[in-house]
Amino acid sequence: MAISNKEVLRIATAGSVDDGKSTLIGRLLYDTNSITADRLYAIEESSKRKGLDYTDLSLLTDGLVAEREQGITIDVAHIYFSTPNRKFIIADTPGHIEYTRNMVTGASNADVSIVLVDARNGLSEQTHRHLYISHLLRVPKVIVCINKMDLVDYSQERFDEIVNDFKALVAMDELSSMELEFIPVSSLYGENIVSRTEGLSWYKGYSLLEVLETVEVRSQDAEAAARFPVQYVIRPKSEEFHDYRGYAGKVASGSFKVGDEVAVLPSGQTSKIKSIDRFEEALDEALPKQSVTLILENDIDVSRGDMIVKTPATPLKALTSDICWMDRTPLVNGKTYKLQHGINESRVKVTGVNYRVDTSRLLKEETVSELGLNDIGEVTLRSAKPLLADTYEANRSNGSFILIDEFTNNTVGVGFVK
Amino acid sequence: MRIFDGQFPRELEDESIYIMREVAAQFERPAILFSGGKDSITLVRLAQKAFYPGKIPFPLLHVDTGHNFPETIQFRDALVAELGLELHVRYVQDSIDQKKAVEETGKYASRNALQTVTLLDAIEELRFDACLGGARRDEEKARAKERIFSVRDDFGQWDSKKQRPELFDMLNGRIQMGENVRVFPISNWTEIDVWNYIREEKLQIPSIYYAHEREIFERDGMIWPNSPYINREDHEEVKKQIVRFRTVGDMTCTAAVASEANHIDTVIDEILSATISERGARIDDKRSEAAMEKRKQHGYF
Repeated sequence: MAISNKEVLRIATAGSVDDGKSTLIGRLLYDTNSITADRLYAIEESSKRKGLDYTDLSLLTDGLVAEREQGITIDVAHIYFSTPNRKFIIADTPGHIEYTRNMVTGASNADVSIVLVDARNGLSEQTHRHLYISHLLRVPKVIVCINKMDLVDYSQERFDEIVNDFKALVAMDELSSMELEFIPVSSLYGENIVSRTEGLSWYKGYSLLEVLETVEVRSQDAEAAARFPVQYVIRPKSEEFHDYRGYAGKVASGSFKVGDEVAVLPSGQTSKIKSIDRFEEALDEALPKQSVTLILENDIDVSRGDMIVKTPATPLKALTSDICWMDRTPLVNGKTYKLQHGINESRVKVTGVNYRVDTSRLLKEETVSELGLNDIGEVTLRSAKPLLADTYEANRSNGSFILIDEFTNNTVGVGFVK
Repeated sequence: MRIFDGQFPRELEDESIYIMREVAAQFERPAILFSGGKDSITLVRLAQKAFYPGKIPFPLLHVDTGHNFPETIQFRDALVAELGLELHVRYVQDSIDQKKAVEETGKYASRNALQTVTLLDAIEELRFDACLGGARRDEEKARAKERIFSVRDDFGQWDSKKQRPELFDMLNGRIQMGENVRVFPISNWTEIDVWNYIREEKLQIPSIYYAHEREIFERDGMIWPNSPYINREDHEEVKKQIVRFRTVGDMTCTAAVASEANHIDTVIDEILSATISERGARIDDKRSEAAMEKRKQHGYF
């Protein structure tokens, strides 16, 4: 029996070096025996060279030379570890405003996001940003780690105070009462990361790892409308498979069963699912995120970029969308970009910039006409061809797109359909 | 279900097959970079599954340093014959003869870095616009930040600061003339995922991954395979030992481990209890802490 999807948990972490985030991740790796002897030896040596009298676990994750020189993390780093219960993939990003695009990237695939605060300082500008991004990306589970409890004498009072500050913050409209889970920890001393400790005996909840190992990530994908973007048409034309015509792709959301009535968009032609192939195996049902090949009963014209659905999607030519801008050249009203929605491509023109969100204070600024690097805001777009998208709120897997510069081919922004 | 009981999480296979299909759809002339190691063998399996019952729509490219383990070459040729694949081989020796690459000297001399020259020439000559590789992010710190679609300029260079963001599962393979893309479909797999996959799929791998008797010598606390290509010093005494290899690189830069593991189950048990990471057995990474990142900037994988 294959491991179910929940056996791989994808985690996004964001925070600055001052919050002790790299140390927290290093601690998770260290305490789950995920560090091999040679890697541990290498960071012990580096710690000594830096004149530290302890092993700096943060060195495990700070990858690139530029980062080691500056002592900060830039970009998104992927970190892997397993326990007997789950495989974990951490997308680790810096927390400063100039890395907003990296945080959004890291959160885009996350089942869980970990927001870290220093118990001495409480909520900061960065905390607002991390919560806002987790909310914007609809990350299913958000865990707040209140770190450096050792430096506030493991005070329950201080912990409660910070929890209350968070509760007041998420009462704001911008965060629409997102649900949070709070854990007091000390990553430097490994307290409440893997096992619970005496200093925090007043805390009756689970340690961070216990939460990560057991958290139920309710998959919205399974409940959303069935969507199957056709990636590739398989036509072997060999003697054995002379008439084989299979539509290969990955189920974006919902599920497909043999015998289901389906429509192919944008043409709207209908058919029935004859079989679902996965290599040499024939399946009865295809579930979200499975890469399969669908065979239809009648011979209709289907090509890459078409979408096989069970309930119709409303094709959108004009759309309103939240955008996170990722390029040095700003998004400007009236400019044309390539848009990639899943595997489908269109051209779009920006028809309006409605507002920009100040992610440090969670305020809307309505007098803007462009979005610069790391800005998040709402824009309106007009598409050259109808997009087979759902709203991001209703369908996380079929409600987002990227924008691509027509001249440089770079990915310059990400959007969430409203 | 417990991962340490040897289950492979199939979600990773679904993701990799999706990437394979994007490569076939987005590029004109993609190729699989094939080294004969377990990671590239895994890529071939994924490609087979992604396009079944059609044929794998990519040729294989092997950059032959001339210092390969003979077992690897035999394995490569058998696999190509079995699956009816197209294989291109380009030789580092030719790059040396053309004076494009210079052989290293000294006791640590290897052709590992020289491969880059041959690879970039092959990409240009065969006009490949995408090369699929078996690199994984868990192997090394600089690789932890690598993208799934990694755009290279016409010198094959990787600029860690200019990488395209990759959001959700959307892959942007649009390139300008002269640029090409390195694609890493098993980015999110770990070493143990690969081994569990090989076991579940019952894949054949070169015999040197299993325990066998071989001529070896010791250097810097590691077990080096003896070969005509290595600059061995007089005091480095050759003896016979039962060993196996955790990775398949050149005979000049791949260390062996003392092991009796001669079946995939015992190999997996051994890896789970091992204290040295996989790349710890790659002598080429030991040169400096930033060794891998520097080589990547110059067009290495």
